[in-house]
Amino acid sequence: MLAFIIRRMIQSVVVMFFVALLAFAMFRFVGDPVHQMVGIETSLEEREELRVKLGLRDPIIVQFGRFVGNAATLDFGISYQHQRPVSEMIKERMPATLELSLISALFSLLVGVPMGVYTGLHRQGVLSKVFMTASLIGISLPTFLIGILLIYVFAVILGWLPSFGRGVVVDLGGWRTGLLTTEGLKALIMPAITLGLFQLTLIMRLVRAEMLEVLRTDYIKFARARGLTNRAVNFGHALKNTLVPVITITGLQLGSIIAFAIITETVFQWPGMGLMFLQAIQNVDIPIMAAYLIMIAFFFVAINLVVDMLYYVVDPRLRVDASKAHGHG
Amino acid sequence: MVDAPTTQPAVVGDSASEPRGAETTAWSRFVESDVLYSFTRSPVTVTAAAVTAIFILSAVFAPLVAPHNPFDLASIDLMDSNLPPMWLEGGDPRFILGTDDQGRGILSTIIFGSRISLLIGFASVVLATVLGVGLGLLSGFVGGVVDAFIMRVAEIQLSFPVILTALLIDGVIRGVLNVEKSGELAYWILILSIGISNWVQFARTVRGSTLVERNKEYVQAAQVIGINPTLIVLRHILPNVMGPVLVIATIQLAVAILSEATLSFLGVGMPPTEPSLGTLIQIGNDYLFSGEWWMVIFPGIALAILVLAVNLLGDWLRDALNPKLR
Repeated sequence: MLAFIIRRMIQSVVVMFFVALLAFAMFRFVGDPVHQMVGIETSLEEREELRVKLGLRDPIIVQFGRFVGNAATLDFGISYQHQRPVSEMIKERMPATLELSLISALFSLLVGVPMGVYTGLHRQGVLSKVFMTASLIGISLPTFLIGILLIYVFAVILGWLPSFGRGVVVDLGGWRTGLLTTEGLKALIMPAITLGLFQLTLIMRLVRAEMLEVLRTDYIKFARARGLTNRAVNFGHALKNTLVPVITITGLQLGSIIAFAIITETVFQWPGMGLMFLQAIQNVDIPIMAAYLIMIAFFFVAINLVVDMLYYVVDPRLRVDASKAHGHG
Repeated sequence: MVDAPTTQPAVVGDSASEPRGAETTAWSRFVESDVLYSFTRSPVTVTAAAVTAIFILSAVFAPLVAPHNPFDLASIDLMDSNLPPMWLEGGDPRFILGTDDQGRGILSTIIFGSRISLLIGFASVVLATVLGVGLGLLSGFVGGVVDAFIMRVAEIQLSFPVILTALLIDGVIRGVLNVEKSGELAYWILILSIGISNWVQFARTVRGSTLVERNKEYVQAAQVIGINPTLIVLRHILPNVMGPVLVIATIQLAVAILSEATLSFLGVGMPPTEPSLGTLIQIGNDYLFSGEWWMVIFPGIALAILVLAVNLLGDWLRDALNPKLR
């Protein structure tokens, strides 16, 4: 167990190292940082002075070390476009993205699992076929189009929900939340559905496939032979055993939800990190791009690590396999 | 593989009149293959293929098919802008699906837009295939440090969503070039960023099959008689690992078209002067609140149908070529 954790930790550190290298390369070699900071009238000497002051004349290795050190203390430099510390901007915008991502993950889980169970139990049912077809169409519809359609129906035609922004937010010691006001919750509905829909279809299909698999096993047949109620068999025995992969996938998907928030935030003008990142790309604002890259990578690596460990804890078979066939995991 | 003549009873579809001699030509092998059999038995697949074919043909022959040329400034009249579809009040029979803010017919812009979407989609899949197959072959055949390095990079890239990678590459290229992108450059930036973000699937699959092929006798025989390793890889191993590549390429085409549309929608793809389907949706989105829904809905439907058709084709191809993957 310990060896496994250590190995995974080392892997994560290696990944983060490469991402940091990439971000540093971007920061250092794409465009000229000095050129972005000074005006036209700055003389060559002043530029050179600034260069030395910023440490751009130090050996690359030293610069990289400094970059990593700064990033570790959440110092990502100053945005070219906004002339403000990037970490400050991220801190402002993080709550919006995290709230949106968590709510849509919850939505996809709470709707996707029951739909998956239903389609798994009633394979030939009309409703199941409707769900399956809808999920296929859902996969083919791009996220932004779903958002646009929702806006058109619920904001433009019906006028029920706001089409952009977060509504009214409450400041809770630096964390501005939209979850405590009606306007905030109303503004959250459409973005959360848009963002969660793809994961929903994924979870539904996964639960369905797992249910079909589990329902074929002997212990389910035996449970039926023991005369247990359908309810006890389906939910107590079958569903319980499908949840391990579902938890894993949902965990892993949390990372991509945060990444896909870029698109949703653009459609709904949601003031989160994704929108900031996109604007940074449009304006080639490298510090923000580098910071976002590192943060997203950190999220992914951390989530992957936690999920792997959870998996290891939850599923005893993995432990047996790992000790039997060492190194094949 | 598929091209082997099968003992299955021949399917006689539309090719009943085909002379069937003792010799097995490529055509007769195709007609009698399992693939064609499963194709003709699946109405969904036939429909998907037909839809895809219509899209590709109208894209290729866009100047002939489209009622107007949206790039021909002489034919655009600003007086025609923001017209609804012709069956609505105020519609103009010249513009079946209405017009956009510059007076371009929506139907024409969709046809020319899907031309751009398909072009970028195909080109980036070709790039991803070449990159992925090349690196996969290298990884599988050479092994060792090269293999470990390529596969680590692949793993890292695979843990990020494609669209994020594409966005980053797009941003970096634009930073390096340090120019406002327009026209032709936009094509290349999109093809590069989407192509580079999609190579991993190819590389992993090809590496797997290369590892298997490398130890087979024909490769060993070729090595024994002293054939150049590059030649062995290209002439002997490559043809034997290409089967799954075709399947991945089809599925990746749908991914690539969607990625392009997303990038364009986000405003880092094709410019409004040369709109792809994604750009059209982005333009139309600005007019949604004033009730001019046709500018966004029709390109959206076109994009969804195209992607759905390609997805269905890819699914079918995967099942037909390798039932085990099902």
